[in-house]
Amino acid sequence: MSVETKLEFDQEYVRKFSQDRQEPEWLLNLRLKALDAASELPMPKPEKTKIDKWNFNSYKHDVSAQEIKSLDELPEDIKSLVGKDEQAGNLVVHRNTTLAFKQLSDDLREKGVIFTDILTASKEYSDLLEKYFMTEGVKIDEHRLTALHAALMNGGTFLYVPKNVDVEVPLQALYWQEDAEAGLFNHVIIVAEDNSRVTYVENYFSTGDDKESVANIIAEVFVGQNAKVSYGSVDNFAKGVTTFISRRSRVSRDGRIEWSLGQMNDGNTISDNITHLDGNGSTAETKTVTVGRGDQKQNFVNRVFHHGQNSESNLLVHGVMKDSASSIFNGITKIEHGAKKAFGDQTQRVLMMSEKARGDANPILLIDEDDVMAGHAASVGKVDQLQLFYMMSRGISRAEAERLIIHGFLAPVVNDLPIEGVQKRATEVIERKVR
Amino acid sequence: MSASNLKIENLHVSIEGKEIIKGLDLEINGGEIHAVMGPNGTGKSTLASAIMGHPKYEITEGTVTIDGKDLLEMEVDERAKAGLFLAMQYPSEVSGVTNADFLRTSINARREEGDEISLMKFIKKMDEKMAALGMGEEFSQRYLNEGFSGGEKKRNEILQLMMLEPKIAILDEIDSGLDIDALKVVSQGVNSMRSPEFGCLIITHYQRLLNYITPDKVHVIMQGRIVKSGGAELAQRLEAEGYDWIKEELGIEDETVGQEA
Ligand SMILES: Nc1ncnc2c1ncn2[C@@H]1O[C@H](COP(=O)(O)OP(=O)(O)OP(=O)(O)O)[C@@H](O)[C@H]1O
Ligand SMILES: [Mg+2]
Repeated sequence: MSVETKLEFDQEYVRKFSQDRQEPEWLLNLRLKALDAASELPMPKPEKTKIDKWNFNSYKHDVSAQEIKSLDELPEDIKSLVGKDEQAGNLVVHRNTTLAFKQLSDDLREKGVIFTDILTASKEYSDLLEKYFMTEGVKIDEHRLTALHAALMNGGTFLYVPKNVDVEVPLQALYWQEDAEAGLFNHVIIVAEDNSRVTYVENYFSTGDDKESVANIIAEVFVGQNAKVSYGSVDNFAKGVTTFISRRSRVSRDGRIEWSLGQMNDGNTISDNITHLDGNGSTAETKTVTVGRGDQKQNFVNRVFHHGQNSESNLLVHGVMKDSASSIFNGITKIEHGAKKAFGDQTQRVLMMSEKARGDANPILLIDEDDVMAGHAASVGKVDQLQLFYMMSRGISRAEAERLIIHGFLAPVVNDLPIEGVQKRATEVIERKVR
Repeated sequence: MSASNLKIENLHVSIEGKEIIKGLDLEINGGEIHAVMGPNGTGKSTLASAIMGHPKYEITEGTVTIDGKDLLEMEVDERAKAGLFLAMQYPSEVSGVTNADFLRTSINARREEGDEISLMKFIKKMDEKMAALGMGEEFSQRYLNEGFSGGEKKRNEILQLMMLEPKIAILDEIDSGLDIDALKVVSQGVNSMRSPEFGCLIITHYQRLLNYITPDKVHVIMQGRIVKSGGAELAQRLEAEGYDWIKEELGIEDETVGQEA
């Protein structure tokens, strides 16, 4: 059965949007096709989370913003994210979906590294982008939101690292939604060719608390043979933003993906993180931390598919729920037939700080091969009143004791995030959320 | 009245509707060390926890003051800031929070904002006290009580006592699980606190500890009340003869709470 839905944007709008940006023909066609599909596809159905009342419709799509000439024009708190010296050398800054600033060292440029916004990429590296854009990673027709994403994509980053190139400094992307009502349809593509290495760090943040908006984000990461991608993110959208974020990776033989995610939105969120360990000997390490507060509802799925032999995955998820926040955490380790000697392990822990907070952790192992090792651990618990009593008996206030307990609970993940910038930023955001 | 004073009058404490402490009076002044002894299950820990403000214990009657201030009106952290300290029989473990961070936060909680203890000073003091208690340096960076052995936890309680310098301390079975050497070290730690401003209530089952820390007064608790008080010699007699003679004297058949004489 198809569900015809009237969308806010029509063919004409999308055509004009694409043409105004002088996008290549293939992209325009892809958008139009996706728009058609969007009207017929159902919404995603995150397990145990009802999203039918969530705002997916109210936002501004065609927004623009001024470029900035130098980083000094950024507001202080945003500039502080960029870091100093070496760290600050390579970055793209998006402001209200639009590229506002970019910088890449000559050295990396000479080595053939491409690090630019997706609009520029669609013009300058059209063939390359076409090869990877919603083909092998996320598919357009998975559900209405993926299709809408393709139709309405209005920002993003393209990162390409050629064979054998080792990018030693982290490349950074800032997505700054200055206009609280601006909808962000952000698309990130990372291609790390064989034997290359790269670290990508992104920060999403928006200002303006209750104004309604939508973030529909897709990231696709392609890890070549024996290549390594370290992907760090701190998502920090304001309360009024409904977020759908799908991050996906395909990893070739002996390749490695590391996900370090600080999932710190204040609004309702669906996060779908999927890794395909395609090649033999490929590995994935996923670490995520979350603090939920207010009355936000979130659904986090972390899925690893083992296709390759000797592939290995480790997943560590820690979440804290405050106030009346509620979250579902689903960890899925799927070992396909033929993935001999695969190893998959997952741990999900949720701490609830109040009577009204809700957390649910579901470990799921799906194994179609005999010769494998897989394990899981999951726990959901309320904050220990005796712990609080003990700490308060030393003069520490309840709020401060809770703060220490939360930091302590998240520490095993935070302290172990492989990217220093993400670790620091995640700690800051946690601090802000627990105070 | 001396500098520090804890006064308990006609205290009644219930847990889950069951009365455990049934009219208890006790006064501790700065410079004094009191010992409370008594068979298992007679309400010693209940007394200690209730005074500190444990959420499970309900005080149904009576008053407790510290330096004349109503302790029962205060939140747990306020009681600590008013000068009360409880070394717990079973200290909690807190993962991810280092011993040092915990202690520094505790110290700073009693100081004004802007007047926090300097890191240098803190480290120096902590190193000093840890050395005195024979605790290895690694304990400052270990997570609070996590994976500590029974004896290590007890030492850590005394470390906190020495760092926080309260006016009145209640030590609940600080000697249980300690080896002979540790018992000496911990006792020295407590003795080093002795001053006219420091009053202490030691809950123990053993005379052993009181050989090192000589109490000024010894109280025996049964059925949720103090049934006998005396000097240090009372503890010695209990060690030698057990509790039967007191029960006989008072006509008590079953000393645990819930049993009436
Ligand atoms: N949380 C609780 N729930 C139910 N009963 C309790 C609880 N805490 C204490 N009690 C009961 O209250 C009584 C006194 O306990 P308490 O721990 O105060 O004894 P104690 O004198 O410290 O004993 P011990 O010498 O074994 O430490 C016991 O009968 C105990 O079972
Ligand atoms: Mg006890």
